Amino acid sequence: MIIDSLKFILSIVPFIAQGLTVTLQISLTGFVLGMVLGVFFGLGRISSNIVYHTISSIYVEVIRGTPLFVQILIIYFGLPSLGINLDPITAGILALGINSGAYQAEILRAGIQSIPIEQLNSALSLGMTKTQAMIYVILPQAIRVVIPALVNELVILVKDSALVSVIGVAELTRRGEYVVAWSWRPFKVYSAVAALYFIVCFTLSKASKYLEEKLSIPGYMTRKGM
Amino acid sequence: MLRNQMVLVEDLHVKYGNLEVLKGITFSVNYGEKVVVLGPSGSGKSTLLKSLILLVKPWKGRIFIGGEEVTDPKTNIVKIRQKVGMVFQNYNLFPHLTILRNITLPLEKVKKMSKEEAEKKAWEVLKLVGLEDKAHSYPLQLSGGQQQRAAIARAMAMDPKLLLLDEPTSALDPELVEEVLEVLRTIASKSLITMIIVTHELDFAEDVADRVLFIDKGVIVEEGNVKKVLHDPVNPRTRHFIRRLLRRKGLLKVTL
Repeated sequence: MIIDSLKFILSIVPFIAQGLTVTLQISLTGFVLGMVLGVFFGLGRISSNIVYHTISSIYVEVIRGTPLFVQILIIYFGLPSLGINLDPITAGILALGINSGAYQAEILRAGIQSIPIEQLNSALSLGMTKTQAMIYVILPQAIRVVIPALVNELVILVKDSALVSVIGVAELTRRGEYVVAWSWRPFKVYSAVAALYFIVCFTLSKASKYLEEKLSIPGYMTRKGM
Repeated sequence: MLRNQMVLVEDLHVKYGNLEVLKGITFSVNYGEKVVVLGPSGSGKSTLLKSLILLVKPWKGRIFIGGEEVTDPKTNIVKIRQKVGMVFQNYNLFPHLTILRNITLPLEKVKKMSKEEAEKKAWEVLKLVGLEDKAHSYPLQLSGGQQQRAAIARAMAMDPKLLLLDEPTSALDPELVEEVLEVLRTIASKSLITMIIVTHELDFAEDVADRVLFIDKGVIVEEGNVKKVLHDPVNPRTRHFIRRLLRRKGLLKVTL
């Protein structure tokens, strides 16, 4: 019986795995979009420019305060009434990106604010502009601080991408639903779907550990150093 | 009046929120002069140094460096900072870069030197402070004294005309203080650089300084020739402060 189950699962994996490709595509593209928005609005949240700061705060609070699911529905079903018609995949990537951007903005802001102001002062005292100080001194340190949080966000994004199935994107979860529709074996199918998500997310976690190690600054706490 | 004054500060007031930390400071430093600033903690000495290069915004008053008005909004403060070096109490090296890179980064990005020129200069200053063997180490792998010497090297690599030192040895263990003071003595004696040093090291102050400023509660209480202020201060507050410092070091001299 177990062998039959495994045979069944293996037989459907190629089909649902095609959805995995879509999931990865929209997740990664969405995450990159989120990064761009995250840097822009994250810096805005700590800017002394009132307009820049206010717009950034509105973006972060509104996006964080509304469900991703609803955001997806608004972008796909709502925008057409404003004349903007998007295909499901583009709409999905946009929704995921805009959503992730708000969280990444806060993550980045926290990272930057964790760097002591004396780092900025010493960079400025050497004649660097604020921008140079940001690029060469502050951000490199802030990035290292926030890698775990950013990977967290990516893992959440990969799992949240399942929500875009509601607007018709044939990603991993939706394909699982198709198989359940003709096979009537929800437990086995959805377990297989979950397992595939797990493989992706776990790999991302491992990649994060590797990245953290490669970028670690000598003299800071590490597991080995404790 | 501005002709031989490297630094001129006129009626400087600095506030942190509602707290006025500097309450009308006026003084000047001539080219090549070495001035030591003494004072109890909270007196505003750090704030004074930071405000000279606008790391802290003055509330009132004017500051001139090399003849240019720092406090004028039209002045390019970035250009002025390129001629001023600052060494901080907590070293403030960039922890994610090697010592060598800490020095070459500002040379490449600010002075626009090529990689080779920057490295050449970096090795020169590393030699000056005796840290050639630590060039490829990271800041947090070094002792406090080594970090501070590296910070001095980084500031000196920019060939500053004015060097500001904010309690350079206060965060160091006593055994490490001397190695840093040695470097500073060398810099003071060998170059025409103007120096403003905030420190508690009175012997060092006597070795290196021409003049002393004593600041307390945001105002200059006494100012004058180093030997006069340290051994025969006029103001009782100055006398009291110096006695306290000497007593703590076990060096109380009968002449006071």
